[in-house]
Amino acid sequence: MPKAKKQKAHVRLTINREEVEVAFAPHKTLLEVLREDLALTGTKHGCELGECGVCTVLVDGQPVLSCLMLGLDAEGRAVTTIEGMAEGNELHPLQETFADLGAAQCGYCTPGFLLTAQELLEKNPSPSRAEIQEALSGNLCRCTGYIKIYEAVELAAARMRGEQAEPAKEIIYGYE
Amino acid sequence: MAMNNGNNGRPHKVIGKPFRKVDARAKCNGQTRFADDISLPRMLYCKLLRSPVPHALIKRIDTTRARQLPGVVAVITGSDLPIPYGILPVSQDEHALCIDKVRMIGDPVAAIAAVDEDTAFEAMDLIEVEYERLKTISTIEEGVYVDEPRIHEYGDGGNIHKRVSLEFGDVDEGFAEADHVREDVFFYEGNTHLPLEQHAAVAHFDADNKLTLWSATQTPHYVHRALAKVLGLPAAHIRVIATPNGGGFGGKSDPFNHEVVVAKLAMMTGRPVKITLTREEVFYCHRGRHPVLMWVKTGVKRDGAITAMHFRTFLDGGAYGSYGVASTFYTGALQTVTYNVPRYKFEGVRVFTNKPPCGPKRGHGTPQPRFALEAHLDKIAEEIGISPVDIRRRHLAPAFSVTANYLRIGSMGLGACIDKIIEASDWQNKFRRLPYGKGVGFACSSYLCGAGLPIYWNNMPHSGVQLRLDRQGGVCVLCGSTDIGQGSDSILAYIVAEVLGIDPFDIRVVTADTDLTPVDLGSYSSRVTLMTGNAALQAAERARELLTIAVAEKLNVPIENIAFAERRAFDVENPEVGVSFAEAVVLAESKFGTIGTVGSYTPPRSPGKFKGAGVGPSPAYSYSAAVVEVGVDPETGIVTVERCWIAHDIGQSINPVLVMGQVEGSVYMGLGEALMEEMTYRANRNVVHKFPSMLEYKSPTTLEMCDVKTFLIEDPDPNGPFGAKEVGQGPLLPVPPAVVNAIYDAVGVRIDEVPATPEKVLAALRAKQQGKDARFGPKSIPEIEWPAPLKVPTPAEGGDGKELPRLAVHVKD
Repeated sequence: MPKAKKQKAHVRLTINREEVEVAFAPHKTLLEVLREDLALTGTKHGCELGECGVCTVLVDGQPVLSCLMLGLDAEGRAVTTIEGMAEGNELHPLQETFADLGAAQCGYCTPGFLLTAQELLEKNPSPSRAEIQEALSGNLCRCTGYIKIYEAVELAAARMRGEQAEPAKEIIYGYE
Repeated sequence: MAMNNGNNGRPHKVIGKPFRKVDARAKCNGQTRFADDISLPRMLYCKLLRSPVPHALIKRIDTTRARQLPGVVAVITGSDLPIPYGILPVSQDEHALCIDKVRMIGDPVAAIAAVDEDTAFEAMDLIEVEYERLKTISTIEEGVYVDEPRIHEYGDGGNIHKRVSLEFGDVDEGFAEADHVREDVFFYEGNTHLPLEQHAAVAHFDADNKLTLWSATQTPHYVHRALAKVLGLPAAHIRVIATPNGGGFGGKSDPFNHEVVVAKLAMMTGRPVKITLTREEVFYCHRGRHPVLMWVKTGVKRDGAITAMHFRTFLDGGAYGSYGVASTFYTGALQTVTYNVPRYKFEGVRVFTNKPPCGPKRGHGTPQPRFALEAHLDKIAEEIGISPVDIRRRHLAPAFSVTANYLRIGSMGLGACIDKIIEASDWQNKFRRLPYGKGVGFACSSYLCGAGLPIYWNNMPHSGVQLRLDRQGGVCVLCGSTDIGQGSDSILAYIVAEVLGIDPFDIRVVTADTDLTPVDLGSYSSRVTLMTGNAALQAAERARELLTIAVAEKLNVPIENIAFAERRAFDVENPEVGVSFAEAVVLAESKFGTIGTVGSYTPPRSPGKFKGAGVGPSPAYSYSAAVVEVGVDPETGIVTVERCWIAHDIGQSINPVLVMGQVEGSVYMGLGEALMEEMTYRANRNVVHKFPSMLEYKSPTTLEMCDVKTFLIEDPDPNGPFGAKEVGQGPLLPVPPAVVNAIYDAVGVRIDEVPATPEKVLAALRAKQQGKDARFGPKSIPEIEWPAPLKVPTPAEGGDGKELPRLAVHVKD
């Protein structure tokens, strides 16, 4: 069987507001620990080299590429994954607008975009289009051309500010 | 019986409305299960050992030490899977593991199943392979000119895979009638799909001796067929389930070696086996855009009317056939469906090279010739002194006509597309009027709404749908189609909901499972909305017919009075008289027994009957037109696309927000191809891939993506469900040529090769400064002996779609 040198590390951390204790081979990345040892497969991977942003999670509220962080370094930290974004069955406003505006096509990059956008709106409730582009520039999406993602972030931001915002007609039907 | 349309003239409740996708919620909360998210008890992990050399004979392969490593459960090599396969019946040239020869870096030679991925990795180092190197073929020129060593032992001689030559009408006569004739040479570099999901598959051989494969594939039906062939199992004992694809774009449309390998390992070990490719391995799977060298000659009258066109394409196919024969024909097929081309000649050749195989990427074989054609027309327009808009707008191919190469055009909204964007972009005040360094460019295009013929010859439907209604009012739609993010699952729900007057979210959609769902050929050629949509429409109408009869009887009103809306079936003359949808099902079930219906779709027969007429026909064609505005920095050569106005003739939107997303995504992908994306190799260093990683393979981020203004033109096509046409691929096509046409407007140089990188722009600017030809691009095409063309009289000449008989020629000794 696999070598005896693979002694497991024990780590205690908070994931999606729950205290978790997990044992895993010490070389594993946070991405691998989440997906393989905690069955939190909502976090995806696109390169495992820190190039695509797909595996983004929040660690102590900050977006982190989970493929570049060792699981060991998550000891005592608070991690938020896509599974922790909704409150119970109630979607986060960003999840609602991403669903409504088609900002998730294949949906594979979506968890990374949602968490990055969530952190953006927490520190900047009224971002300009340029600020959104800057904040999301580390996340690749091959389906949408990013436009529906910007529009979903802007609509969610408005609603989170308490505005009764609806999408502009040209977002849904195109220009006349 | 006299049937009504269910709507009784009332407006649509679902079609054309921006509903959420049926899977949108799962995709936004992490619950969508992609292939790599599947985990089964006792599951083994597979790794493929891949060739580090581009072209070699395998002299010896020794797996003894790998087998002895604790944790390794099985190791297989090429001899364990001796039967070849391939997506096209004419190109069965792949082995799951190479047997005696490798043809590219990345070709797999052995596979390991181990208890975990680390152990499988370690075992890879313990396999010894001895290679005897062969000379490599790395370019189109080498493929054409170097006959030995041959990469494959089949094809049209040497390293030529396929050679085609077709002539519709007499082009020489057409050129003689022209007032102006121009020739140009272009090159379109290869690029890749880069789906964010790496390919993954899980195989499980059940206790009942049946195989199940879950895979990120766009074509579960074709994978099913390939597995049956290679594994020697009855197809009825194999179940293929396509998992939601984390991006496809054509890159998951072939049966892949890793799918065959995990299936074999699962059969051998009796345990589930999973494989997930690394990003580098995804670059080796490729099947992306063919690099194509092109020569085009067009004759026009003074007013820009085309008298004849002659097109030659040279495709760099890479190491295997893949869809290449179809790709070759596609580089010559759709030139005729935008503008009137009365006489047309096409010659194409595809060569094998020692690089990852090319295949179908969004637009399959048509973005390259479209790029060449639209840049070429821009040059012709300037030479004859008419505007690039007029040369196109005045000579559109007519709606409901048959082209010189026998493609039947249906609805044709290109004129409306052009008018929209010319006005919206303020073209008249910008073209040739912006300051140096700023420019606008314009281009048009067209694409299929589904290939008219299946990949393997048969007379069966291309798409099938089953509908099951239960007495609680539940409706289940079953279809073999595969959702790759475009929303095909949702399209099924929307169409059934519209016909039955229920909410799309009342419907359960089951797709892409060869055990449960009727065959749909797959998510390729922009076929899914049109074909599954028509099949769903037929199944739903048949179900409504049963419900209508039962409800009319119960309410004692004429059949034609029954309408379905808001989860009710009612009398249109007395809308309060009716039953709930669930009651309607109970009435129908009481009268007819269990309610289930089927629908299917087969495209209309093509008018072309000549050899080679199978590629290009489609039930309908979509149309797009785009204007882009660019800034070109003459110091750095950097091109910045600032804005894109694009109009797309969608026929009828089934869901406008999904259509918008496909248009924007197409513009994005076209922009990447125009400016930065390229699959290139170091020819002098082993043909190694220059950058098989996402950092170095440049693709547009949020910072490079331009602003897009989209206009949807709805010109319903009689062959589309509710008039709908495609949108997934067509809107990519006008973007690359519009970009190079805009670069010319900005700084006066022609970039006849994409991607238009800063180096190429600077080289062209330097050439211009030195008084040389102000362009960057290929100067010539290889000299090649073309076969005598198959001559086909055009419809205008009274042709019947068949080729002329070839004359017997006596060859002198």
